[in-house]
Order: sequence, then C-alpha cells, then structure tokens
Amino acid sequence: MELLSNLMIGIEVSMTPINLLYCLGGVFVGTLIGVLPGLGPTATIAMLLPVTFGLPPVSALIMLAGIYYGAQYGGSTTAILINLPGEASSVVTALDGYQMARQGKAGLALSTAALGSFFAGTVATFLLALFAPPLAEVALKFGPAEYFSLMVMGLVASVVLAHGSLPKAIAMILLGLLLGLVGTDVTSGTPRFTFDVPELADGINFVIVAMGMFGLGEIIRNLENEEVRDVFTRKISGLLPTWADFKQMTPAVLRGTALGSALGILPGGGAMLASFAAYSLEKKVSKNSKMFGKGAIEGVAAPESANNAGAQTSFIPMLTLGIPSNPVMALMIGAMIIQGIQPGPQVMTEQPALFWGIIVSMWIGNFFLVVLNLPMIGLWVRMLTVPYHLLYPAILVFCAIGVFSLNNSGFDIYLMAVFGVLGYVLSKLDCEPAPLLLGFILGPMMEEYLRRAMVLSRGDAMVFIERPISATMLAMAVIGLIVVLLPSIRKKRDEAFTEEG
Amino acid sequence: MKTTLSLLAGAALMLTGATAHAQDFPNKTVTIVVPFAAGGPTDTVARLVGQAMSTALKQQVIVENVGGAGGTLGAGRVARAAPDGYTVLLHHIGHATSATLYRKLPYDTINDFEPVGLVTDVPMTMVAKKDLPPKDFKELVAYVQQNKDKVSYGNAGIGAASHLCGLMFMSAIKAQMTTVAYKGTGPAMNDLLGGQIDLMCDQTTNTTGQIKGGKIKAYAVTTKTRVPSLPDLPTMDEAGIKGFEVSIWHGVYAPKGTPKAAIDKLSAALKVALKDETVVKRFAELGTEPVAQDRATPAALGAHLKAEIAKWAPVIKAAGEYAD
Repeated sequence: MELLSNLMIGIEVSMTPINLLYCLGGVFVGTLIGVLPGLGPTATIAMLLPVTFGLPPVSALIMLAGIYYGAQYGGSTTAILINLPGEASSVVTALDGYQMARQGKAGLALSTAALGSFFAGTVATFLLALFAPPLAEVALKFGPAEYFSLMVMGLVASVVLAHGSLPKAIAMILLGLLLGLVGTDVTSGTPRFTFDVPELADGINFVIVAMGMFGLGEIIRNLENEEVRDVFTRKISGLLPTWADFKQMTPAVLRGTALGSALGILPGGGAMLASFAAYSLEKKVSKNSKMFGKGAIEGVAAPESANNAGAQTSFIPMLTLGIPSNPVMALMIGAMIIQGIQPGPQVMTEQPALFWGIIVSMWIGNFFLVVLNLPMIGLWVRMLTVPYHLLYPAILVFCAIGVFSLNNSGFDIYLMAVFGVLGYVLSKLDCEPAPLLLGFILGPMMEEYLRRAMVLSRGDAMVFIERPISATMLAMAVIGLIVVLLPSIRKKRDEAFTEEG
Repeated sequence: MKTTLSLLAGAALMLTGATAHAQDFPNKTVTIVVPFAAGGPTDTVARLVGQAMSTALKQQVIVENVGGAGGTLGAGRVARAAPDGYTVLLHHIGHATSATLYRKLPYDTINDFEPVGLVTDVPMTMVAKKDLPPKDFKELVAYVQQNKDKVSYGNAGIGAASHLCGLMFMSAIKAQMTTVAYKGTGPAMNDLLGGQIDLMCDQTTNTTGQIKGGKIKAYAVTTKTRVPSLPDLPTMDEAGIKGFEVSIWHGVYAPKGTPKAAIDKLSAALKVALKDETVVKRFAELGTEPVAQDRATPAALGAHLKAEIAKWAPVIKAAGEYAD
C-alpha cells in the first residue's frame, strides 16, 4: 500500500515534537488573528514570512498552513459573536450565527461551527491524501468559460441569501457588483472609477468593505439604541449541542463538506464560493428553511463545514501543481521559494516528506483546533457581556489595525470609515450587507472570466454552451432563476422572506 | 509585527532624522520598500538581499511591502521619504517601464531617485502548453507567423514583464497573437497547464518547476546566455531572433538628495550581500544569479535605468497601451 507508506512518512514528519509544536503554534496564532476583527491570515502570514526563514521548510509550512485554517476557524467566532466576518467565507456564518447569539445560543453556534469544521477538515484531508493528483487534473478542465458559468450560478444562488425583500437584495447585489468594478481593468489596463486616486488602482480590498459595512456600521447603529444589548446578557443556554441539535445539523454538515471539498479544488475562486453555495443549498433543501436568517443551526453548520473543507482542499492545486488558489496560497508558495523549494508538480515526488507531512499535520491541526476551542467557548461567550464602552473602541482599534496591515496605507482606514457610514445608512433602509458582499466578490471575477472566455473564443458567445461543464452550470442557473421567478413559488418565497420585516 | 516594527522605525526616523549624520550611517534600522505584495518574486529577492546587507551594515534591515498600482505606489513613497539612506526602494524592470506606461506618474523616475546598484537579472522563458505542435523555437516562430491571432498568449496584464516580453516577441517576428490578460502569472500558468492558452513568457522562478515536471513545453530563454538550471534551453538570440534580450532586472534606489556617504555604504553593503553564499545559492535555486560586482554600483544602475527606459518607450508607445 503506497498510500499507507506515504501516510507513515507524513506521520513520522508531523509527529515530531518540534513540528507538533509549530502546528499548535500555527493554529493558535491563526485562531487569535481570526478572532481579532480585521486581522486576516494574509496579513499575518505576510508578516510572519521572514520568521520562517530560519525554520526547516516542513516546520515553516506546517505553521503557516495552521495559521491559515486556524484563522478560517477563528473568523467565524467574531462573525457569530459580534456579527463581524473577517473573511469572505464567514459572511454567511454571520447571518444565522449572530442571530443564534442574540437568542442566547452563542455557545451552541460556536460548538456547531467547531464540530462541523472538524468533521469537514477530516474528510477533506483524507480526500487530499487519497486523490490529490487526479483531482488537480480535474480542476484544470475548468477554463474561463466554466468559471464564468460557475460564478453565474453562484450569483443566482446568492439571491437566496437575502431574507428581506427581493428587490432590495437584487439592488444590493448590483451595488456590490459596481463596487467590485473599481480599479484597473485587467484586460485593457484602464483604471475605472478610481477618480485619479492611485490607492484605488488595484480595487477595494474585501476586508475594508466587510469591516466597514459590518463592523463600523453595526457599531454606529447600536450607538443609537443601547437597549439592544439586553438580548445578549440574557441567560445563555447550553454550550454543547444536544442530541436533537446533532440530528438537525448532521445532514447540513455532510452536504456542506461535500460541496466545500468540491469547490475548494478549483483554483480560480472556488473556495470563496464554498460557504455561500453551501448556505444557499441548505436553505433550499432544508425542511427548516423558514428559520434561515433567524438562527437556524443548519445555517451555521453548512457554511462552516463547507468553508473548512474548501480551505483544506484549496491546498490541492498549490501542492500538486504549484498554483496559488488565493492570496494565502500565493504566500505559501513564496514561503516555499524562500526555503529553496521549487513549487510545481515535482514537489510530491521530490519532497514526499514535505507533501505528506503537511497533509498529516492538517488533520492534527484540525484536532488541535477542536481541543483548543471547545473549552474556550465559554470564555468567548462571556466576552459578550463586556460593556459597550469597552468592547466597541477595542473593535474599532482592531479593525483599523487590520485594515492598515493590508497595505500599510492610511487611505484604507478612511475608506473603511466611508463604508461604515454606508453600512449604517443601508441598515437603516433595511438593506442587507451580505448580498452586497457576494456581488462585490463575484462581480469582478465574473467579468474577468467572461472577457477572457470571449477573447479566447474570438468573440463567439457559443463557447459557454458548447463546453459541457459550462453548459450544465448555466442550465442549473437558469433552473434556479425559474424557481425564483415562478409566481406561485415566489409568493411562498416572499412570504418566507418578508415575514421578518 | 513587521508593521509595528516599521512604524516604530518610521517614528524613530522622524525624531532623529535631523541629527543623523551621514558619517555614522547607519545607526538605526534600514527599511527596504518592496512595491509589491509579500511572498512574490521581488519580495523574495529583497528579503534574501536585505538579510545579507544587514550583516554587512551591522544594522537591522527590514522589508516593507507597499504594493499597488503596478509598483508606482511604493516607488512614490520612497521618492517622498526622507533622503537619509534609511529608506530605500528595491524595484524591478517595472521602474523603467512605468515611466512610459503611466502618463501621469506622481514622481520622476530618473530625477527623484539616487541609484544604489543593480541586484540581479532574472531570466524569462518562452513556454507553451504541453501539446502545442512546434518542436523547437524555429518551428514556433513559423507556427505563430502562420496562425497569427489563432495563437493565444497569456500575460500578467498591461505593462507586466510577461506582457512586454510578448510585445517584443511579436514585433520581432512581425505577427500578432491574441493576448489574454490575467491578474498575475499564477492564474495564467493555471490556464497554460490546462491548455486553455497556448503561449506565455514568464520568469524562471515560476516556470522551472513546471518545465522540469514535464507539465509545459519550453522553447527558449530570453537572456543573452543560457540559464544554468535549464542548460538545454537555447537563448532567443541563438534560436533565431538576434539581439532579443528581456530580463526582470532588479535595482536598489534611494530618494534624491541622499548623502553620497550613505549611498556608498549602501552600495558597498549590496556588493557584499551579492557575494554572500546563501544569496548566491538561493538565487541559483530561483534560476538566476547576482549581477557582477561592477554592476552593483550607482553608475551602472543609473545607466541601465536610462537605457531600459529608452528601450521600452517605443515598444509601449507602438502598442498604444497605457496603464492610466
């Protein structure tokens, strides 16, 4: 059994006391920066990169990988507790997680996220160990046309994210699309909507928008009605899921894991879609779909599992092909290069200890995360009782530090403030930020893939339906649209959507 | 952590800037500004060289990443920094090409900087998807001339070295390919591996692993001499395009007005760093080598910068593609 002997190499490498320590250190730092709003894994790994100079390559990469998935995990903590998603993937966790927290079920939401993530991480790690090379080959079948159709599908599904009125959700998606277009056009090099501000030339960073819209906006809104706070100080019910909770979340975790693992493999932005897609799917198939947006446990379990599964499988293109699927993976490739390892398909055969060591360490890291975090939940939940006048300035400071760390630029902090005001105004108008953020993420990618596919097909739009994978996804998007637009179904949907408002 | 460090360094700079004398340079941390994101190839070069310079200067040398707008944001920051030698810029070929690519730069590429020295020339390689028919570079040229815009050429966007290399190639063989822009050569390489695009010109740092792994086809290198890590690959010049030379060269610059004593010390430290065993070894792994000692000087960089601006201006203007 080649796999067993490979896994043995991995266990040997990752189980050495020093590597266990780096793994633990990585997930600990990751959780910490994930919990601190605004500080993301990209900035942290960039800062820690020089530190890894002196470490052996395997230890360095084990630690950096730990920071990455630890941060994915920690990011959901703030999303649930204070409605502040630090990562694109935790935007949807905030939808139901925060509602659960407001109902006094913060502990349950956090433990659901932890257990769902652990399960998903375990499955995804096994997938990685068993099928990494063939899966990477499958991912290469995705060209610009396929990615475009995938994004279209994601955008159609995103309408489901809203739980307010449909026109407002669509308006928010469109506003997000427009904001996403700010910056230099990739194909022509022309700056758009930059108003001659060089800081806008590369577009607006997601973290700035998320921190402004969610963090600052929420703070401003809460300043006007202090009594909202009472819901938090109410008695907090059980920290761990009951048997009934388990039964409710298991199918969601399974579906989320499957979807997240599949999307994570695609280097062109698949992992970003994972949690959105899982949430939308769950809302569609769940018997409990009316509860979504009001604290459904599935609404936390599904995106959290998908997000963690995607985080693990997004290592597949990086480890097997040397291709970065997101900025963090690009930094990991940078770390490899600094260590004198040439990223590429030969890493697996030339550096088996590194390849298998990282894979095994991921499972260990996920285990550490659960062990580390389950006992911490009680502590996190108590954080909610910290009074406003202490909590809010702290959040503000961390948001500012986090945003500044993106590019060492003060302009970004002002920009965040602008989005804070925008977030406040929009929340006053009952417009939700989640669809805006999805439009913001998907819009530029969609445009890029559309134009690239059109350039490659020499202007022939048929390319989208001639290629089978692309055609299938477009068909699914059309079916999704019909479901949304069919009057009878829409009536039911509108009911479900507007009940709240 | 780094951010805090550089913040502290910046604050210290402001407090002591007036009293610092060039004679005792350097008496505090030197910051190398890299106008690109951490973890990229330029960042790697800066971190390797910075560490070795730190030993030579007997002072801490830190790297600060100020990315954005094709490297012009970071360059602009250094142009405006206090001219005391404690803030320097490590930039690549983009410093020369941005002079033409951007019609309104917030600084003057030549007059706002003092050159310190050249660092390295990273070679590029002309690579293709695995199943592109041509067997060698000569056949490739014929193939492109025959199929013209049916051949697709991936690059990292307007003005990127991968884009300029293609412009140079197309003007040399007098045939236009369809250019496909990406946000960086990483995603472009992904599409090359998947056979979505036909051709690409990218630095050895990114291509060597894929070439050795047999995932892509390599036709030629773009430097004057062959690359030690890919000894079988002919140069473009050998393979038929006489005089073709493109490399991603890196240089270190200080703000205009930096005292000569400080420039000399920085340049001397750069020379020492380029002889450092680790630097030489790591550069070799990146598919490059440090420049000869006589090129790690202010005079050599100053001349090279002017020559490169003159070399690329007509190519960029002919293509009519600007970044602003």
